[in-house]
Amino acid sequence: MIALEKEGVDIAFGLPGGANLPIYDELYKSNIRHVLVRHEQSASHMADGFGRVSRRPGVCFATSGPGATNIVTGIATAQADSAPMVAITGQVPSKMIGRDAFQESDIIGITNPIVKYAFQPMTPNEIPEVVKKAFYIAATGRPGPVLIDIPKDVQQNEAEIQFPSEVKIRGYHPWVDPDITQIERATEMLLSAERPIILAGGGVIISSAFAELQSIAELLMIPVVTTFKGKGSFPENHPLSLGPIGMHGHAEANKMMTEADCVLACGSRFSDRSVGTFEEFEKNLKIIHMDVDPAEIGKNQTTNIAVVGDVKTSLRIMVKMLIQKAIKRNGENAWAKRVKETKDYYRENLKIHPHPLAASKVLKKLREVLPAQSIVTTEVGQHQMWASLFFDVIHPGTFFSSTGLGTMGWGFPAAIGAKAAKPDVPVLDIAGEGSFNMTENSLAVSVLEDIPVIVFLLNNFTLGMVAQWQRTFYDRRMIGVDLKNCPDYVKVAEAYGAQGIRAQTIDEIGKAVQTAIKSNVATVIDIPIDPQEDVLPFVAPGTSLKDMILPS
Amino acid sequence: MWSIISVLVENKPGVLFKITNLFRSRNYNIDSISVGVTENPEVSRMTITTEADEKQLSQIIKQLDKLIDTLEVKLLDEKKSIYRELVMMKLKISKPTDIKEITDLANAFKCDVHDVRKSSIIIEITATPDRINALEDLVKGYGILEMARTGICALARGYGIED
Repeated sequence: MIALEKEGVDIAFGLPGGANLPIYDELYKSNIRHVLVRHEQSASHMADGFGRVSRRPGVCFATSGPGATNIVTGIATAQADSAPMVAITGQVPSKMIGRDAFQESDIIGITNPIVKYAFQPMTPNEIPEVVKKAFYIAATGRPGPVLIDIPKDVQQNEAEIQFPSEVKIRGYHPWVDPDITQIERATEMLLSAERPIILAGGGVIISSAFAELQSIAELLMIPVVTTFKGKGSFPENHPLSLGPIGMHGHAEANKMMTEADCVLACGSRFSDRSVGTFEEFEKNLKIIHMDVDPAEIGKNQTTNIAVVGDVKTSLRIMVKMLIQKAIKRNGENAWAKRVKETKDYYRENLKIHPHPLAASKVLKKLREVLPAQSIVTTEVGQHQMWASLFFDVIHPGTFFSSTGLGTMGWGFPAAIGAKAAKPDVPVLDIAGEGSFNMTENSLAVSVLEDIPVIVFLLNNFTLGMVAQWQRTFYDRRMIGVDLKNCPDYVKVAEAYGAQGIRAQTIDEIGKAVQTAIKSNVATVIDIPIDPQEDVLPFVAPGTSLKDMILPS
Repeated sequence: MWSIISVLVENKPGVLFKITNLFRSRNYNIDSISVGVTENPEVSRMTITTEADEKQLSQIIKQLDKLIDTLEVKLLDEKKSIYRELVMMKLKISKPTDIKEITDLANAFKCDVHDVRKSSIIIEITATPDRINALEDLVKGYGILEMARTGICALARGYGIED
């Protein structure tokens, strides 16, 4: 516990059990605030949300066996989205390991492919160094989850303990200084391109490279598209913003991405959901790739120029070069004109779903009433993609979603973690009922721990995304998607002591959000929407961005 | 493309698991793997041979490098390294003249001969995979009862500035 306090930990999310009782006994004596969850998976998502927002590793506790396996989804989610997290599990006493003891699971083995690193200290005096290393690894370079699995006897035994002031790990070099020559070459390539575009990924948000990114875009008047994870790395109300590309990207973003001849990709891993088919994406496109993780270079796309290093540092050097060369473009060229025309065309002419509570209308209303600095998380499904399409992020780094693993049930507990990290701003989870269902028992946490978040529930009574695929690809053979309006989410909220509001018109939605913000208590806003609405545009899996299906 | 990768790793429990699990989870192929401690007791050397195209090979090396417990990852050039494998074959003896024939072959291939019995003989060879395969072909006719291969063990030629 002292080791954790030394790392600046002041809050931890978890659930006790037999094998981590000694840890909890120390927690009782410590200044660290413990947030009791109702399911360990939620503890891991809370730690994840806390970590993404505070940019310090979030901490979660679980006991051995089922406690530990319950956080596996949370660890995998954090790994897929490079979120800093330290998960601490209890383990059966060291002498019992390997004997199939009660509540024993080989959590080190189970989590191996989904952690950045894992420790299993076998003596108490290893613990301080292990904790220090765990936080160092989780937070530096490309962040990720680190697991510490501590056998019960190791938690209990007393030892003379030394606390290290720094740690060295010889096989770990999280920061590489970007190569100046490569940045020079990248700048030249960008300047000589006829149709350049910037693709901003999650790495821009992780390294807070917002100002640098904006400077480059504005100096060169280059349009900015983002990946879904990079949504909100660039203000979406900016004239140069085209929004996210990908399976459910903005039509103008996908269109311009396919027309560009050179892309500056910052902190992006070119996921299949963002770029469609790999071969088609890189055709006739010069790729400059900046990333902190050398293994990302060339993994999915052939790169022309690679800049390995912290994205913020690399972009800052590029800005300096541009300023030194006194380059400032006014955007009066054929490409800029084409971009503007395309953007205006799609923003004015895309057909809107003809329902009074069409997702676009609902989310535009939400944007209107929700303060710009509010933090927004999402669940996973149609509502998530509608959020990507229709909810503009204005303040950089205020939008978070389970983009890599696509974990249903992530948004609500992650919102609680986010609110714990930033109690002064409203935190809202754009949710669908299918996802919210999975971790809704965190309402107890939001209410009892007084960490109020708003669940903005786009309720279409179905597993909507699956339903859309069944409508589109399986000839309307609907199976396993009908949730039949059960449960009543207003009553669910009330049962937990939270505020439940049903909003059935755009006007009521606006008022409900305002009420929720003002009252500052956990609130579920249940919005019955049309179960037939599809998410469009849509780039079908295995096709390329230029094959995007538009609403008709 | 058949390639030899030499990896220096922390000599501690679980590291071999991490390496092999990386190959499994990313759908890479391990042709052979040999592990042993180096002159520094805290460090082990793993020699991995794999069949991969150029793009995949570059990913394998980067992903190995990314593991915190790997200290150095090198792709060995076949021409600029010494690589050997140790193989033992237990061969069937069907008639008394077999022993003489096999021993002669063994001498030609610089093999050691062990455990000569009426019905079986063990030969041991340390060589490149090509030579081993050639020998295997030649002795197949006698009947290979059992075989054990260690996997490739390799070191780059030369040292430091010499290269």
